[in-house]
Amino acid sequence: MEKRFVDDFLVIDNIQLNENSFLVRMFAPKPLPEIKAGQFVNAEIKDCREIFLRRPFSVFDIDYSNNYLSIIVKILGRGSNQLARVIKGDTISLIYPLGRSFTYPSEHEKILFIGGGSGVAPMLFLAKDCGLPRDNVDLIIGARTFEDHINVNDYNGYGKFHFTTDDGTYGFEGLVTEHPLMKKNLSSFDKIYACGPLSMMKAVAAEAVKKDIFCEVSLENSMACGFGVCLCCIEPTKRGNLCVCTEGPVFNIKDLKW
Amino acid sequence: MVDLRVKIHKLDLKNPVMLASGTCGFAEEINSFFDISKVGGVFLKGTTLNNREGNNYPRMAETASGMLNAVGLQNKGVDYFIDYIYPRIKNYNTPLIVNVNGSTVDEYIKVTEKVDQLEHIPAIELNISCPNVKEGGMAFGISPKGAKTVTREVRRAYSKTLIVKLSPNVTDITEIAKVVEGEGADSVSLINTFLGMSVNAETRKPRLSTITGGLSGPAIKPLALRMVWQVAGAVKIPVIGIGGIMNAEDAIEFLIAGASAIQTGTALFKNPVVPLEIIDGIKDYLLRHNLKSVSELTGSLHL
Ligand SMILES: Cc1cc2nc3c(=O)[nH]c(=O)nc-3n(C[C@H](O)[C@H](O)[C@H](O)COP(=O)(O)OP(=O)(O)OC[C@H]3O[C@@H](n4cnc5c(N)ncnc54)[C@H](O)[C@@H]3O)c2cc1C
Ligand SMILES: Cc1cc2nc3c(=O)[nH]c(=O)nc-3n(C[C@H](O)[C@H](O)[C@H](O)COP(=O)(O)O)c2cc1C
Ligand code: FES
Repeated sequence: MEKRFVDDFLVIDNIQLNENSFLVRMFAPKPLPEIKAGQFVNAEIKDCREIFLRRPFSVFDIDYSNNYLSIIVKILGRGSNQLARVIKGDTISLIYPLGRSFTYPSEHEKILFIGGGSGVAPMLFLAKDCGLPRDNVDLIIGARTFEDHINVNDYNGYGKFHFTTDDGTYGFEGLVTEHPLMKKNLSSFDKIYACGPLSMMKAVAAEAVKKDIFCEVSLENSMACGFGVCLCCIEPTKRGNLCVCTEGPVFNIKDLKW
Repeated sequence: MVDLRVKIHKLDLKNPVMLASGTCGFAEEINSFFDISKVGGVFLKGTTLNNREGNNYPRMAETASGMLNAVGLQNKGVDYFIDYIYPRIKNYNTPLIVNVNGSTVDEYIKVTEKVDQLEHIPAIELNISCPNVKEGGMAFGISPKGAKTVTREVRRAYSKTLIVKLSPNVTDITEIAKVVEGEGADSVSLINTFLGMSVNAETRKPRLSTITGGLSGPAIKPLALRMVWQVAGAVKIPVIGIGGIMNAEDAIEFLIAGASAIQTGTALFKNPVVPLEIIDGIKDYLLRHNLKSVSELTGSLHL
């Protein structure tokens, strides 16, 4: 079994991306192991009396030369709210690296990423890390309104972005699954990757099944340990109840009972 | 140097800090953080005769200073354990103890007999206290009669070290402890989780698929400590203290109250290397208090 670590990371900066999303960049106290898109960390929430357990967050970026690891924190409840307030100089205890990564696409494949909410983080990481030319990569990013979208200009070199909003304030008006790329061009892709709200991933999975396209999704079941000992995070699959934290969080939709 | 060694019947522990069943998998997961041979012993995930898928999701609810779980003994059954897991872990240099479960006395015996064949399993922990299964489990642990029957039958089938794990969901835990001691248990471990419940006020739904589940973590520590103290005063066999132990100080409190050794459980979810911190903390404490051996601490409560 691969080595895992528990360490205090030093916060380098915390940049607000939109009303409730924050990019937290941290310095690791020892050389980072290789971490791939889809893997996550389990972060301790400090000074919060109501919170007992850690909270899982996907790795958003790794900078091996500076030994930085970044996550995007979207405020959902008390724990994420606390984590979103960290400032330069704070420390955060992380358990890492956790979970299995996405299956990286091979050369020449055409791929489609679909992200919503906090699910954008692993999608952008994979787009950057998979090494495919921009032309092979399309990304559909969905949000409720213009304000909920984050600025992805730094990622324009890694793929062609398409945005949707529920209210039409930015990009295509409607759900990601109603986007023309999904409706008309889906068969042109070799692999589809999705991360975001469960309803969104299920809708994407249904389309991928219809067209018989390889599709992986990243699940966000609630977790206690994050490393396979408590058996609280299970997802019913065709191979029985599996731990999302160790057998996932990335699953091929063929294994799921959706 | 201080002496951390402890003896639980025939079991020689290099130190009194062990890992609780259901919170440390099959030792490999914790070994991915540090060398597992450093701990006193590992109580493996609850094992039943046949494969069990466990309860439906959601199985976990966070509470003030703890958590509720409703895992329901998910495991692949004892044969799978013997064929696939045991060969991978048997050479870890620390006692590996199988947590034996059943829905009937016969199942407990069958699992015990199979585990008895394994050279590197020097002891079993008879779980008569799981609150998360419909049949068996806690039913045996909350009545003196049930506890008596299952302990007697398993004792007949097993000559290595037999530890019986007690449920706190009883009026008088000393009564059960005395019964299992009378039937030949070599040690008792306590406590398993408290039956509890959590409701989402917004949706009016229970937070666990099973409605009720087992409470663990710091929330139960004072209750566990009280029970360990009561049981240590009522039986002669060694007591293993469990319940909300998060650090060395907690562990030492259990030893002082009468435990010969301890298990740490839920704390591992927050800090998988906590056993090492507890071992170091106990060492420091013994040095500070001019004690030569950890056994001097057991039952040393000043009254
Ligand atoms: C593998 C994995 C990767 C993740 N990656 C990211 C990420 O990159 N960025 C990010 O912002 N978030 C991510 N999350 C989600 C994040 O862990 C949760 O938002 C966070 O735990 C919520 O904690 P809280 O204390 O703020 O909310 P709580 O107070 O615990 O919960 C607030 C509300 O949200 C619900 N809720 C909490 N957790 C979950 C969950 N996991 N699934 C469904 N409902 C839930 C609760 O029931 C409650 O109604 C990830 C989760 C997993 C499992
Ligand atoms: C997720 C989870 C699973 C558990 N599974 C088992 C089990 O299989 N067998 C058992 O005897 N006890 C089981 N327990 C109980 C623990 O071993 C321990 O008795 C209890 O959690 C109290 O200790 P703690 O507060 O240190 O966790 C489990 C506890 C938790 C939290
Ligand atoms: S969160 Fe504990 S097993 Fe997955």
